[in-house]
Amino acid sequence: MTQDGKTLLRRGGIAVAALAAAALLPAHFAAADDAPALKLGVVAFLSGPAAGPFGIPARNAAELLIEAINAGTLPAPFNSKGFGGQQIDPIVIDENGSTTKVVQDYRDLVERRGVNAVIGYISSGSCLGIAPVAEELKTLTVFFDCGTPRIFEDADYHYVFRPSATSTIDSTAAARYLAKEDPGIKSYGGINQNYAWGQDSWSDFEGAMKDLKPGLTVATVQFPKLFAGQYSTEITTLLASDANAVHTSFWGGDLESFILQADPRGLFQKEKFVMSTAETTMFRLGPKIADGVIMGARGPWGVYAHNTELNQWFRKNYTDRYGTPPVYPSYQMAISLLGMKTAYDKAAQANPKAGVEDDIKAFEHLQYEAFGTKIDLALGKGHQGVHETAYGTYKYDKATGTPTITNIVYYPAECVNAPDGIKSGDWIKNGMPGAKDCP
Amino acid sequence: MVTAVTIFVDGLVYAAWLFIVAVGLTLIFGVMKVLNVAHGGFYSMGAYAAAWSVGIYFDAGLAPAGSFLLLALSAVVVGVVLGLVLERGLLRFVYGRDDILVVLVTYAAFLILENLVLLIWGVDAYPAYQPSALLGSTAIAGLPFNNYELLLVVVAAAIGLALTWGLARTRLGKLLRAVIFDREMAVAFGIDVARLFTGTFVVGAILGALGGAVTAPTISVVPGIGVEVIVLAFAVVVIGGLGSVMGTILGALIVGLARAAAVHLLPEVELFVIYGVMSLVLILRPRGLFAQAQPRRI
Amino acid sequence: MDSPKPDRRSTLPLILAAAGKEAARRDLALLLFVVGLMAASLTMPGWAVYLVTVMLARGLVVLGLLLLWRTGLMSFGQALYYGIGAYAVGLTQKYLGLREAFSLLALGIVAAVLVAIALGFLLRQYRDIFFAMLSLAFSMILYGALVKSETLGSTDGFAVLTPHFLAWTPGTASAQYDLLLLCIAAVASGIYLVGRYLASPMGHLTTAIRDNEIRVEYLGFPVRRAIHVKYVLAAALSGAGGALVALAVGHIDPDMSYWTTSGEFVFVTILAGSGSVFAPFLGSAIFEILRTYATDYAPYSWQMVLGVSLLLLILFMPNGVWSLFRARRKAAAP
Repeated sequence: MTQDGKTLLRRGGIAVAALAAAALLPAHFAAADDAPALKLGVVAFLSGPAAGPFGIPARNAAELLIEAINAGTLPAPFNSKGFGGQQIDPIVIDENGSTTKVVQDYRDLVERRGVNAVIGYISSGSCLGIAPVAEELKTLTVFFDCGTPRIFEDADYHYVFRPSATSTIDSTAAARYLAKEDPGIKSYGGINQNYAWGQDSWSDFEGAMKDLKPGLTVATVQFPKLFAGQYSTEITTLLASDANAVHTSFWGGDLESFILQADPRGLFQKEKFVMSTAETTMFRLGPKIADGVIMGARGPWGVYAHNTELNQWFRKNYTDRYGTPPVYPSYQMAISLLGMKTAYDKAAQANPKAGVEDDIKAFEHLQYEAFGTKIDLALGKGHQGVHETAYGTYKYDKATGTPTITNIVYYPAECVNAPDGIKSGDWIKNGMPGAKDCP
Repeated sequence: MVTAVTIFVDGLVYAAWLFIVAVGLTLIFGVMKVLNVAHGGFYSMGAYAAAWSVGIYFDAGLAPAGSFLLLALSAVVVGVVLGLVLERGLLRFVYGRDDILVVLVTYAAFLILENLVLLIWGVDAYPAYQPSALLGSTAIAGLPFNNYELLLVVVAAAIGLALTWGLARTRLGKLLRAVIFDREMAVAFGIDVARLFTGTFVVGAILGALGGAVTAPTISVVPGIGVEVIVLAFAVVVIGGLGSVMGTILGALIVGLARAAAVHLLPEVELFVIYGVMSLVLILRPRGLFAQAQPRRI
Repeated sequence: MDSPKPDRRSTLPLILAAAGKEAARRDLALLLFVVGLMAASLTMPGWAVYLVTVMLARGLVVLGLLLLWRTGLMSFGQALYYGIGAYAVGLTQKYLGLREAFSLLALGIVAAVLVAIALGFLLRQYRDIFFAMLSLAFSMILYGALVKSETLGSTDGFAVLTPHFLAWTPGTASAQYDLLLLCIAAVASGIYLVGRYLASPMGHLTTAIRDNEIRVEYLGFPVRRAIHVKYVLAAALSGAGGALVALAVGHIDPDMSYWTTSGEFVFVTILAGSGSVFAPFLGSAIFEILRTYATDYAPYSWQMVLGVSLLLLILFMPNGVWSLFRARRKAAAP
């Protein structure tokens, strides 16, 4: 055989082997599990900067709750076993990576690994990318976090649900709290990370402040790069400005770095800070956070959760197992799972052979209570939840060495969520109509 | 009120940080012509080692002043271990090859280091703020500045001076400059380039880890800090001219001052400052500010 | 008198014959590749269709990088054109309501080409690390601009709706499959065109410039113009890749223009090797498969798996995976 012929044969052989492998590979995984368990995909950040503050607490909560649901050991009314009687089989994957990869992993979960439903997603970009794919693949998908209101404002979805309220509640409640508690301020400023979350949080806050206290000036608006980590110049600018109060939606490592760099320079003593996601940092930085900082938890979660039997169970079991109290991402995951359970149970009660359409029908416009808070899927044609939120003032109890919150104020759902039919941005711009008798 | 003095101090503080972080990279590139992406890994390992050891140190209730030495010590340990492992165990095998291949080897090393950090220390943040909190603050032009950050300016200046003097006056420095200028001729003259490479890489690694270690008390050490630093360090080093310590000093100063001015006066452009400066410098001086004249090889 | 000139009349046919045989072999391989892919696509499950589409589209970007790498240049900012292609598709759909796939793809390519022609005047004067860093700088400037733009959704990006193909609108079930076919068609065109280009005299300038640029200048060839052309070609391919990914994923965001995205493309380029116009697609396939299984089986250490695999590949196959296919050829007749 000629040299060329041998080459062709060799190449052809390799090509055929590769094609065969590629063809056989799907077959190896194609057989979906036909056991009666409900395969649930759980997606959160397991690596990267969002893992520590959000992803892992959420995953821990999922782990804890799924086990308890399967065993039926949750307090009433969630004490029946499983989702509509079905045991849950969780598959946990990492959300870290580009949107292309996140979508790829979702398709993988649904089409190759055969999950029946998916709960997950912290990053708004992921949610926006996944929602249309969930519709395409006709798979019930629950977003437990993702701040953006755009999901159900830009489009309608049949298979996608989000029980947690949108990020609108954070900024509007923050503005309300600041306006009431600090009526003497004349100007305010903001420092937020320069990406969608930070930009949206600031524009919501500024809009709400304009509604509540129209005469104030905006002293300085800072947008450092996400994950910049070094804020010395921004801190100087804040110190030099005449802002009486400053809003920030910083989270995770950035928030902690900012606090550590600003504290020795007396920034928190000079200006009143409103930190919309600081609850996750409370127990970690303890005495380093100045007294008087206004803290949010993206809902009545964490230290703001009402003291119900469920909350006591949750805090005790979570702390025993993971060594640290649950923070708000854990609560968001918990209420989303409990919402799913309520819907599945309701559907199974009406029809023991309930399929995904029955589950969806039960989930739409669902109203349920978790941790003493009523969650009402009132927006997005019954797919997007609204609920109250809370803000409080931080105080470090030096005697006992514990971080505490004082002066907690709860804001009813209508005061901090746009009503059905109007976009959140427009609602704030128009003076938050429909919000009456708000604290 | 914001004055020119304020902007200058802010710029200096940021420039000092940039310099400490970037100088290891320029040394390695200058001597070995290796663009070390793993530099980000040295930085994050240094930061984690420092944060973790400072945490243990203060839990043990030892004298606060010693924590500063601990920062330097963590950097040295991390630098020596990682530098030796990487250079002797990995880079040695790819020296002769295409430049891009060597860069990719360091990129692979970076991925491994980042994952190692995750496996060793987990996803939680490690604050190690005690050394920074100890020093308090000073008022300059009416605004308080962190003494620790001002101290870093002194540290950066010291490192810059030490390196410049070392390269210019000591025998070792002259050998290194010879290798930087023309490796082949250096070998022909009998300089033990292999040993110099190992030594330089270890020093570069120590400097990279030092960048992380001195930063640790001012931040919350979280996964992923290495990624952000790589591009910053590259930009500063390229602006200054690869292999030139003087260039890195100047590059860091230009970027630091430009950024401070942007944040105070025109915050909208803050995101573009470093890339804008890099593009501008490369357009005006295609090989960086202090690049050596390169003879055209025919 | 006998002419002292070499007798071209007998060697030229040999050269042409050799070139023709090379071209024929390549065309046959391309045909087999396309047919093989289309046959496989008929039996592929849904997740594989998506995976292969993304893989092929990204392979297209890598094909562009291969062109530059053969010329001795490595761009660390190819994500610029990848992002431009994607956002051209997204913006046209969003603001002009155009949803036809072929036109969107063409628009993505045109947008990338226009920017590349402009930037190419500057970049063609740089080499080595400076070319790399300057290209990186431009991609990060685009990233910054996209992140600052709240109208475009900043880092959240926005959705790209399912396109229709000329007059035909696919149903939801077959949409992904039709995109795969479009992708295969685009890739086949790309391979064919780049293959022909590389076989042409301007195409041969690639390795020549890499080996010794000054001598190429002495031979009278315009080196900078050649680099400019290759840069624009690479940008066109990257823009096409970006446009296809935008259509396949249905979502675009500024991350597509970030330096780590460029880094991934460079990774695949070296992984594949520069041996053949088919190499980028093999490299892209291996990379996607590696990544899928790494995240599956090692959700907490997939970065390490990727890093170790890359190291092994570089150490043992420095010319890329394609070098496995290289036959040891006897030197051609002098």
